[in-house]
Amino acid sequence: MTEWQDDIHRILRDADIRQVCYVPDAGHSRLIELCEADPAISSTLLSTEEEGVAHLAGAWLGGQKGALLMQSSGVGNCINMLSLTKTCAFPLLMLITMRGEWGEFNPWQVPMGSTTQQHLELAGCKVYRCDAPGEVAETIGTGARFCWYTSSAVAVLLGQRLIGAKIFVEDGR
Amino acid sequence: MSADHSLNRRAVVKSLLSNRGDMLVVAGLGQCTYDCFAAGDDPRTFYLWGAMGGAVPVGLGMAIAQPERRVMVITGDGELLMGLGSLATVAAKAPNNMAVVVLDNERYGETGQQPTHTAMGTDLAGVARAAGFKSALVIADESGLPAAIMAAREAPGPVLVVVKVSAAPEPRALPPTDGAYLKHRFREAVVGKATV
Repeated sequence: MTEWQDDIHRILRDADIRQVCYVPDAGHSRLIELCEADPAISSTLLSTEEEGVAHLAGAWLGGQKGALLMQSSGVGNCINMLSLTKTCAFPLLMLITMRGEWGEFNPWQVPMGSTTQQHLELAGCKVYRCDAPGEVAETIGTGARFCWYTSSAVAVLLGQRLIGAKIFVEDGR
Repeated sequence: MSADHSLNRRAVVKSLLSNRGDMLVVAGLGQCTYDCFAAGDDPRTFYLWGAMGGAVPVGLGMAIAQPERRVMVITGDGELLMGLGSLATVAAKAPNNMAVVVLDNERYGETGQQPTHTAMGTDLAGVARAAGFKSALVIADESGLPAAIMAAREAPGPVLVVVKVSAAPEPRALPPTDGAYLKHRFREAVVGKATV
């Protein structure tokens, strides 16, 4: 179940990514642990996702590449800050775990999760998507290269079918 | 609305940036960007013209990437209030090379001088201290300026300095608005021409 997250960590290492920012998410939990334990990566816990957009602009100005990990609900928080990315043509790699789609139980996740791709595209981001473990390494590797070589904002959506839908039941049932 | 303060923001910024050595500067949108440009343009100053609430996180990413250099974020009370959570993020990461200077005029200067929360009692140094900054101080007159400059330039970070400044408008001094240009010249001055 977590092998694809190990693939992502390896790709981040191979791409010489030195800073990772994140708002915790169950779908990214294994990757966050790997990054936190990696002495070559400085990991930063954010209080809200748009900090990560600005943070990685600062990292790039200082000569380092980074990646931003978040859940689809965080995309809405980033919209105005993505104007920094677009106006300055900063490279920005975002890895986004999806909610509000395949197998979702919580209707409050649906408004943002069902429109994540459109929001990102309107904000000027190139969007890739993975729904099967075998797609993850190639898609993120390709997205990362596009990001650095074209100085673009790239989002890779990791579908809820890939991550596994969260199941909530009441205690005792 | 609180009374106006005596310190002139242009004079404060000129003092903060004089003989800056290899220090890197992030200027928050609005008057802080104009103040930093008026103090003397430098490619190692990254001027923000938007991205409100983003000055501190830009500074944090930069401070982590450049641990041997001082990184000073110069921003306003309104800009910082839009990203208060970023103070907790900085405190948790604890970069010892990072300073945040808040030019606090207790107004949204760009939109018509409406009062900010600091005019109603919000203490940004107190917020920074409670978030876990190593130190934070407030100055409101000339007598405090040497200590403020020392703290912003040399105290172990993360440090936050609130400078209460006059809300009187200053002449516009406008750096380039081309963000890609500002980015390229900053990177070339700091890390050279390599792009990937």
